[in-house]
Amino acid sequence: MTATTPTPTTPSATTPSATTPSATTPTAPVGALEVLAPGLLTLVQDDGRPGWAHVGVGRAGAADLGALHLANRLVGNDEGAAGLEVLLGGLQVRARRPLTVALAGAPAPTTVRRGSLVVPVGPHAPLELAAGDVLTLGTPVRGLRTYLAVRGGVAVPPVLGSRSSDRLAGLGPEPLTAGEVLPVGPAPAGGIVVDVAPVRPVPDVAVLPVWPGPHVAWFGPHALSTLRTSSYRVTPATDRTALRLGGTTLRRAPEHEGRELAPVGLVRGAVQVPADGLPVVFGADHPVTGGYPVLAVVAGGAVDLLAQLRPGDPVRFAPARR
Amino acid sequence: MRVLRYGDDALLVEVDDLDEVRRVDLALRAARSHAPHEHAPYEHGAATLAHVVDLVPAARSVLLRVDARGDLDALAREVTRLVTDSTTSSSAGASPESTAPTSTAPTSTARPDAAGVVELPVVYDGIDLREVAELTGLAVGDVVRRHTAALYTVAFGGFMPGFAYLVGLDPSLRVPRRDTPRERVPAGSVAIADTFSAVYPRATPGGWRLLGRCATTLFDVDRDPPALLTPGTAVRFVPVTP
Repeated sequence: MTATTPTPTTPSATTPSATTPSATTPTAPVGALEVLAPGLLTLVQDDGRPGWAHVGVGRAGAADLGALHLANRLVGNDEGAAGLEVLLGGLQVRARRPLTVALAGAPAPTTVRRGSLVVPVGPHAPLELAAGDVLTLGTPVRGLRTYLAVRGGVAVPPVLGSRSSDRLAGLGPEPLTAGEVLPVGPAPAGGIVVDVAPVRPVPDVAVLPVWPGPHVAWFGPHALSTLRTSSYRVTPATDRTALRLGGTTLRRAPEHEGRELAPVGLVRGAVQVPADGLPVVFGADHPVTGGYPVLAVVAGGAVDLLAQLRPGDPVRFAPARR
Repeated sequence: MRVLRYGDDALLVEVDDLDEVRRVDLALRAARSHAPHEHAPYEHGAATLAHVVDLVPAARSVLLRVDARGDLDALAREVTRLVTDSTTSSSAGASPESTAPTSTAPTSTARPDAAGVVELPVVYDGIDLREVAELTGLAVGDVVRRHTAALYTVAFGGFMPGFAYLVGLDPSLRVPRRDTPRERVPAGSVAIADTFSAVYPRATPGGWRLLGRCATTLFDVDRDPPALLTPGTAVRFVPVTP
């Protein structure tokens, strides 16, 4: 991805006027997005709260950062603005004033109801909602998390500089509930510059490129190649904290058998191997430190894919390349 | 010391013990806080440190996570240079710029890096007091006296917001964690395990041995700074009656 933030150009004749209605420029955030149904679990997420790990607060943030960034760029926001992370669809929201929104991440069949008219809409493009319009997300055909960005950003109060809901630490906004009305911030200066974005689909078999981890010497000589050549499956014990995998167990070197690793800092994408030998891949809400050796680390570009894997999905690992 | 790559946006500095963790953490924090104002010949290294968004000391390592523009190879060189400099120039490692030569051995864990000592009032009526007394062969009163006599230092955080691993525990109080963790340790519990002491900032499952309780708020997002105990903070437990 090359574009990081949309160029803050002044609205020109090519900018659709409907994207910058006067109603979206209040000075204070006002209740704008009414939650009719939250689905299984919908969280407010942004880029997270870096800089607090040394006092036990993890970064958190969107599980699929790339998808949140894309949705935000489509509506002209800073790419790290707060949006909604919807787990397995089911979200239904009503616009209380004209809003520009966009969807990215797991593709879910989506409709907009205006009066008695119901129109199917697609992801990866800005959508104009009129006051009263109801947006409904069905269940994604593949993938797990769909992101809804709204021009101006979801403007709930930040905690330690972020609006991210950290489920492990219990920081940030609670999961959405029916009846809640979310404030939306003032429209950013930048216009909307993209009509539709091409996006790679979620693959049939996720192949995660991995680097050797810091504790590779704790394992037998074949552990890394075993990880990179075996098939694993996502187990149901999987959430924003970690993806727990089933499959071939990974053995420690005999001299490290039964040893305890002193607490050590963790990163998103760290592949930790606890005593049972089955890999755990850490996600957005990973603990700040862990106590088991890290055999491998998922390469940066592939970390977002972790957020889209469902229980039962196959996973393979491959050597990362620079 | 070893500097290892930890994926695409982090380095792990591995060291031998907690004293060295403190020294490396302090050296890197000091250098990072000066980074934007440094000029040549440190310009490149300083710019590299400015991209470090998280510095995470732990038991025998310090993790550095960088933002998207961080250059890990340059950072690894800069970390090696800084840590080597701080080894040769300062026993406490409080500042990599310090050039005062000293012959004292590095014993930074028992030394507060700020003047203040945080005093935590504790009611010593913990559910595991008697068990700790049995495990250590001490009288209950002696367990309390030894726990309050020590000056502790926050070695590192983790586990949950505001949780601090305190070192400086009297060696005679070294007891293992419980075999089976409790499902719920009450907020404010003052506990020990292995060479550490700690206070649980809020209720959570936990396996440490509980000596008492402390009403001080350890973590509050509406306070600045939110965490009372950060790496390097000196701490003393003060016995109080309920």
